[in-house]
Amino acid sequence: MQITVTVNGTAYKREVEPRLLLIHFLRDDLRLTGSHWGCDTSNCGACVVWLDDTPVKSCTVLAAMADGHRVRTVEGLEQGGQLDPVQEGFAQCHGLQCGFCTPGMIMTARWLLDHHPDPSVQEIREAISGQICRCTGYENIVRSIQWAAKNADWGQADGAEATA
Amino acid sequence: MQVPAHVEYERATSVEHALELLARFGPEARVLAGGHSLIPMMKLRLAQPETLVDINGLDELSYLNVTGGELRIGALTRHAQLLDSAVAGELFAILHDAEKVIADPIVRNWGTIGGSLCQADPSEDLSATFAALKATMMIRGPQGIRAVPARDFHTAPYETVVAPGEILTEIRIAIGATRGEGARGEGARGGQARGGQPRGGQPRGSAYEKVGRRVGDWPVGAAGAVLWLRGDTIAEAGIGLSAVGARHFAAAEAEEFLRGTAATPEAFDRAGQIAAEHCRPTSDQRGPADYKRHLARELTTRALRRALLRATADLAA
Amino acid sequence: MTAAGTSGAAGSAAPAAGAGSAYGPLRRKEDARFVRGRGQFVDDIQLPGMLHGAVLRSPLAHARILSMDIASALAHPKVEAVITGEMLAGRGLAWMPTLSQDVQAVLATDKVRFQGQEVAFVVAQDRYSARDALELINVDYEPLPPVIDAKRALDPGTPVVRDDLPGKTDNHIFDWEAGDEAATAAVFAAADVVVTQDMLYPRSHPAPLETCGMVADLEAVSGKLTLWSTSQAPHAHRTLYALIAGVPEHKIRVISPDVGGGFGNKVPVYPGYICAIVGSMVTGRPVKWMEDRSENLMSTSFARDYHMHGEIAATSGGRILALRARVLGDHGAFNATAQPTKFPAGFFHIFTGSYDLQAAHCQVTAVHTNKAPGGVAYACSFRITEAVYLVERMVDQLARELQMDPAELRMKNLLRPEQFPYTGPTGWEYDSGNYPRALTLAMEMAGYEQLRAEQAEKRQRGEYMGIGLSFFTEGVGAGPRAHMDILGLGMADGADLRVYPTGKAVLAISVQTQGQGHETTFAQIVAQELGLSPDDVEVVHGDTDRTPFGLGTYGSRSTPVSGAAAVIVARKVRARARIVASAMMEVSPDDLDWADGAWRVRGDPEQSASIAQIAMAAHGSLELPDGVEGHLDAETVYNPPNLTFPFGAYICVTDVDPGTGVVKVRRFIAVDDCGVRINPMIVEGQVHGGLADGVGMALMQVIAFDESGNCLGGSFMDYLLPTSLECPSWELGATVTPSPHHPIGAKGVGESATVGSPPAVVNSVLDALAPFGVRHADMPLTPANVWSAIQGRPLRTDLAVS
Repeated sequence: MQITVTVNGTAYKREVEPRLLLIHFLRDDLRLTGSHWGCDTSNCGACVVWLDDTPVKSCTVLAAMADGHRVRTVEGLEQGGQLDPVQEGFAQCHGLQCGFCTPGMIMTARWLLDHHPDPSVQEIREAISGQICRCTGYENIVRSIQWAAKNADWGQADGAEATA
Repeated sequence: MQVPAHVEYERATSVEHALELLARFGPEARVLAGGHSLIPMMKLRLAQPETLVDINGLDELSYLNVTGGELRIGALTRHAQLLDSAVAGELFAILHDAEKVIADPIVRNWGTIGGSLCQADPSEDLSATFAALKATMMIRGPQGIRAVPARDFHTAPYETVVAPGEILTEIRIAIGATRGEGARGEGARGGQARGGQPRGGQPRGSAYEKVGRRVGDWPVGAAGAVLWLRGDTIAEAGIGLSAVGARHFAAAEAEEFLRGTAATPEAFDRAGQIAAEHCRPTSDQRGPADYKRHLARELTTRALRRALLRATADLAA
Repeated sequence: MTAAGTSGAAGSAAPAAGAGSAYGPLRRKEDARFVRGRGQFVDDIQLPGMLHGAVLRSPLAHARILSMDIASALAHPKVEAVITGEMLAGRGLAWMPTLSQDVQAVLATDKVRFQGQEVAFVVAQDRYSARDALELINVDYEPLPPVIDAKRALDPGTPVVRDDLPGKTDNHIFDWEAGDEAATAAVFAAADVVVTQDMLYPRSHPAPLETCGMVADLEAVSGKLTLWSTSQAPHAHRTLYALIAGVPEHKIRVISPDVGGGFGNKVPVYPGYICAIVGSMVTGRPVKWMEDRSENLMSTSFARDYHMHGEIAATSGGRILALRARVLGDHGAFNATAQPTKFPAGFFHIFTGSYDLQAAHCQVTAVHTNKAPGGVAYACSFRITEAVYLVERMVDQLARELQMDPAELRMKNLLRPEQFPYTGPTGWEYDSGNYPRALTLAMEMAGYEQLRAEQAEKRQRGEYMGIGLSFFTEGVGAGPRAHMDILGLGMADGADLRVYPTGKAVLAISVQTQGQGHETTFAQIVAQELGLSPDDVEVVHGDTDRTPFGLGTYGSRSTPVSGAAAVIVARKVRARARIVASAMMEVSPDDLDWADGAWRVRGDPEQSASIAQIAMAAHGSLELPDGVEGHLDAETVYNPPNLTFPFGAYICVTDVDPGTGVVKVRRFIAVDDCGVRINPMIVEGQVHGGLADGVGMALMQVIAFDESGNCLGGSFMDYLLPTSLECPSWELGATVTPSPHHPIGAKGVGESATVGSPPAVVNSVLDALAPFGVRHADMPLTPANVWSAIQGRPLRTDLAVS
């Protein structure tokens, strides 16, 4: 079947099997390999992307379901060479080690801060509780998201100073 | 990652269209809502439908409102929406208690109430929740709509009364007690519920208690309780149990015991005992049967206690 | 949050921290690509004409293969090849050597010996078709009774798992021992107090978030075999593939691109890799094989599975005299543990721990069962996780017997700083340590006295909290090649350093990061030695065509071995630079001192030459003295003189609900001493990750089996990993006791927290349950297990719950 999915603002029209999972459509068909997969049972969250502004586990969504809809992946965060504050926060606070869970964590963090700009530690931990990290023990991921919350203006044209 | 077998895909544009598609493609067609119960099964090839009927576009099935003394939830409502709904939380805190411990926030964004109920896992938290609430399931088919009590909805593990050509469209919960003293019609008033106000002189409290090996896990054991009070007496009790082999996800005998009694810790202890006596848990990697039976008792008692606390807070509000 | 108590730098080897130092919490270079989603992991690789492989696996734990029918699979329009054990046998590839002098089936021929064992390999045009084709292969099995309970594996009449080995009549693999049995027996016989305890360190799995896989590309004309692989040891793998597959080693290139976590899971060579290579040989096209998560959990290297019997002897006053351990190791169907050859039980004999003992003896028996092969993995430092768990549980059992506070008992028996270097009763020579200082710091950070007071007060109210300790000594950085090799390859690491004319440097190392930040930390090492900015040092790793030989990254060996190699090679470059500088400034090299990033004329420091200036001159027309060949390069192979011995003191606070058995980890205080810290931010990150492992293993992770041999931990629904909600906000402290033999005093830290944390969590939960008379319960302490322990019947966790 033919589907049209708008990913990071660009519309892609492709011929796919109905059973094709969205994560494979993004990675293999569109070569957007920033989103990853790490399990068979929708537990790990390495595949989290936005489907119409909502974070979903793209391993549990068919590409066909995204036909006519919008998807946002980690590749769509950087704007004009400027990192999103969440991306910068992860680099500042050592919120990643091997980098495999990172795109999913970043997409969830971005959504969280869009809806709750000043989250508590508990709210942050709950927001990422459906995603596994094997390297960081989560502490620095929490700090990275806190950094992004405190530095929401980072990188904007008026060049706001970063706060630790 | 494991991947599904071949399948055909149709997208429904309305409920009628969905029913048409189901009729056309027959018993090997499955409704595809959030897909977070069905697609994992398809990836493991434990489910191999021939056709998927995608109903995600049917906004008319996604809603939460109070009508005619009932909280009505559209089957396509996402878990996250139910968790976010102030109305639902004020009327029945058990709904929020349960949703908070179902899966994880990302899965809740897309999985639906209807999808979880129709998956009919014997450990499904919502099955126990709606059993406790004595909800009614509205099922729509080519012949029209039929109402099935939540407790009659599941026939066996992974099996419901929804026939191949039918769709679960709505879950209804009576806000006032449906039986016993103070049942709906005696002093209950219709219209919008206001947060914290007892309805028709019937303070109401509910709670859900779950033990899992880890956040997001299926329950090892879980109990939900809903209490409608009349003074210090229990006008009506609803007790739902998950993962412990309780018949119809409910503890009917314990409810019977509580009806008309004083709401005391001793009564709740006894209710917990009765609930435990009537379930048939099986041992698995989540725990041995004796532990699950213990949880049935312990969590029923705890849920009842918390439901009472909330009902009394409801009174005081 | 870090509280630091640093010692003075030991000698001139330790670098000066502070202004001008390249050491410190430097932001990582690798993050630039990862936060953008531009890492390159093996599954990201797509080559023209690439095909996809899938493995057919046995559903049975023990069965004879009667027949296999691949005709339908071959007939699938998208299938390009089907490979069976029989076909591999024709190429001499049906079996391959393991890292423990055994052989392992690549594709089963006669029997299957564990559920999930590889039986056939399909190569198809896309991954979905490959998966479909698996269902078209018909295998006729004759089920055999499986050997599942390791404790019964040696019972007479038990089925023999390895009847492929000539003359094998039982499931015994080896016996091994260390220490002095007679001396230990004598101490035990005379001791006031002896406490014994059986304990299981259950089978778990490293489960890195990225599963294992490979893209194999045999280029037909040149005969070059390029392998993109999730490998922690690319060079060792290259040598292994040359030996196994018969492709000349100089024609093999192994590239580990970005690796999404290793934790020991990506050390072995797996059958799927061999199949992918053969698939490329047979089809003439690149073949990608990526395992799914169930394959990863069911067939790749598991960890632990040690049934241990511990005994501790002490005076009635609390002086620990001796330790004894008898271990039954479940190695699964093939002995494929990965450790230095002379140590079949790894470094388990460091179970003497951090205490001053008179005697110790351990004896390990390894057996086969019908389970996946493995055992040494998951940040164990070659069985040190098992050793530390044993000793720290025994110390707690002794404390309970003596009714002594477990912190006090430890403090009384810890090795003292003046005892170092310390040779223990099983032969380990610990390099340096100040143990009491670390324990004191941990107790201060925890507020130990207040916690005990809170615990007493809560007990009176029927609330149960636990305070658990763990003090560990690790031995990492394998190792001296005279007695440490893997498959005959000595564990020395090479390093190559080149400084280009414009003063930028490229360091090629043999280790392979899987998240440890080598591109940053190794740049910091070279920068520190040469007075460069870390931005001016490029670290090349993971590609065997571009890097020197070494044994890879595991066992926390990167900093102790390759880190040392990087220091040595940088100092060689600096020494050569001195000679070039002497020619530049027309002075004797002896008149030059190194200070502030330059060679300076003694007495006239403004007359100087930086490495960048020297590099340009070295590439130019400057007349160079004898002994200097021009350019500014050096290489080295570093053979470590010993292991290094990081250590730590951990305290875990838990709250337990006895009505449900639910455990909540409230706090975790971790004081680590890994010697000199090159990048404290990265060190802390390593500790954070390992502490999460401890929570996971102690409370929820296990791979159990039912009596039919079905693996009960084959998905992330059953093999549970801790999330952000089970992990507290880790509280870290540090002490610094430099290693006297490491060029910059660094010790390595990658596995410390995974080693040290599980006993702290378990000791904490059992401490909470003490009022209920619970002596011991095995990991994982799930709610069911905790409740069952309170009832007096803790669960046996390696088998199915009944």
